[in-house]
Amino acid sequence: MDFGPYLFLAVLEGTVTAAVLALTALGLSLVFGVMRIVNVAHGEFFMLGAVLAWWFSSMVSGSPAIGFLVAIVMAPLVVGAIAVLCERTVLKRINYDPEATIVATIGILYIIQQLALTFYGADARPVQAPVNFRVVFPWFGYSGYKLVVIAASAVLLLATWFVLTRTRFGLIMRATQFDSETAQAFAIPVDRVYAVVFAIGAMLAATAAVLIVPIQQAHYLMGGDPLLLSFIVVIIGGLGSIFGTVVAAIIIGISDGVISVFFTPTLAKILATLLVALVLVLRPQGLFGKTPR
Amino acid sequence: MVLEVRDINTSYGDVQILRDLSLKVEAGEVLCMLGRNGAGKTTALKAIMGLVRPRSGSISLDGVELTAMPAHKVPKQGIAYVPQGRRLFSELSVAENIEIGLMARGKGRDTRDRVLNLFPVLNERMKQRSGTLSGGEQQMLAMARALCLEPKVLLLDEPTEGLMPSMIAAIRDSVTELRAQGVAIILVEQRVDAVLPVADRVAFIENGRTRDTVDVETLHGDLSLVHKYVGVGH
Repeated sequence: MDFGPYLFLAVLEGTVTAAVLALTALGLSLVFGVMRIVNVAHGEFFMLGAVLAWWFSSMVSGSPAIGFLVAIVMAPLVVGAIAVLCERTVLKRINYDPEATIVATIGILYIIQQLALTFYGADARPVQAPVNFRVVFPWFGYSGYKLVVIAASAVLLLATWFVLTRTRFGLIMRATQFDSETAQAFAIPVDRVYAVVFAIGAMLAATAAVLIVPIQQAHYLMGGDPLLLSFIVVIIGGLGSIFGTVVAAIIIGISDGVISVFFTPTLAKILATLLVALVLVLRPQGLFGKTPR
Repeated sequence: MVLEVRDINTSYGDVQILRDLSLKVEAGEVLCMLGRNGAGKTTALKAIMGLVRPRSGSISLDGVELTAMPAHKVPKQGIAYVPQGRRLFSELSVAENIEIGLMARGKGRDTRDRVLNLFPVLNERMKQRSGTLSGGEQQMLAMARALCLEPKVLLLDEPTEGLMPSMIAAIRDSVTELRAQGVAIILVEQRVDAVLPVADRVAFIENGRTRDTVDVETLHGDLSLVHKYVGVGH
């Protein structure tokens, strides 16, 4: 294959990575932005989404599309419920203290991971893609499902943006983000907003995971990479900036795809981490972040 | 209609801020809290809003106990707050700040129109990010946002701080107007000249206690209490 088509393939692969990463990182960014806490267990919500997707789709017999549809509705809902449970029983009780939250969510990370190992096991299991067609380019055929992933992720990102900027709940979320004390003085139940935001963050990660399991199998240790990459994306994009998160996810995702195809995935991770270091030194508020007042 | 604060004690960690502080304000009355920096005036307002929990004492509005009420339910009782330094949602537009005020007690277009009639300058700025308004406009927006609750009680924390004289006059006029409409107002100030023209009664706060509460007439021509509690030069 010539260089041109080869690069095109690499960019396509990178775009799939970017699409899933943007959703996952947006979840982390929302929680980070609105609640001012770092959720180290974010990757485990991603993993739970994938594992539950396998569980739900294997329960449904018949066409793989039905199993997948059940999974993409149910898995994020269950993960959201688990996130609310964690928020109510742990984060609320430590009063969202930033340092304590890091330690507490490390604990949640291990609890979820070990529960997955106990009940799901150490195997990697696939979920069948809901659609099975190939898009034929002049140089190579490409999985149609991967293009569906890109489209679905774009729709979800737009939907999130719409909710945040055009709805009442989005306004309440943004007010809470900018000044939670004053928000309370205007009858906004801040701790309920926190619970919902934490659930939405986890559900975005879970949805991303359901989208990716037909491509990449479900495994109880799969949460590590999305967590690392989400942190990279949130730091580069800037705290609380949705636009920045999406742009950074595209930069990191596509460069990850291209470098992985031409060189090695390890080099891609090295460069992404180096980019974070540079951003932290040269522009600590992130590419699109606002300087804290 | 009466807001009554009785013997409240609050502390931040080990530091006690309010000691048996008591206040009372009725409909159509302006009570002014005067005192030095750190006397506990702002903390008293936050305690009324439920943002600071008193260790003891009680706060009630028309007999409804507010002391243990969750902070987000207090404004629903009809108490609106204009915090010190305005505390606008500065990243949000003027229209969005107003919207948050309206949502607090489910008020609609009528309220919005009435409030904007009081501060017509905001009409031209609706889409602007509120953090980019001038100081006076920001204060007007903070007042407007609070008035969107159609409050029975309005808490104003140093509304004239850092404003130019024409703005101070505009804020003073709106306070007078609200009093005429029967709103109970608690006004925190450090400067006595900003207080005398609008207040009905003045409560002097020192070290977290209400030292003296006097009718404002007592202070016309005799500023000895002011000198005692606020200091010379005011």
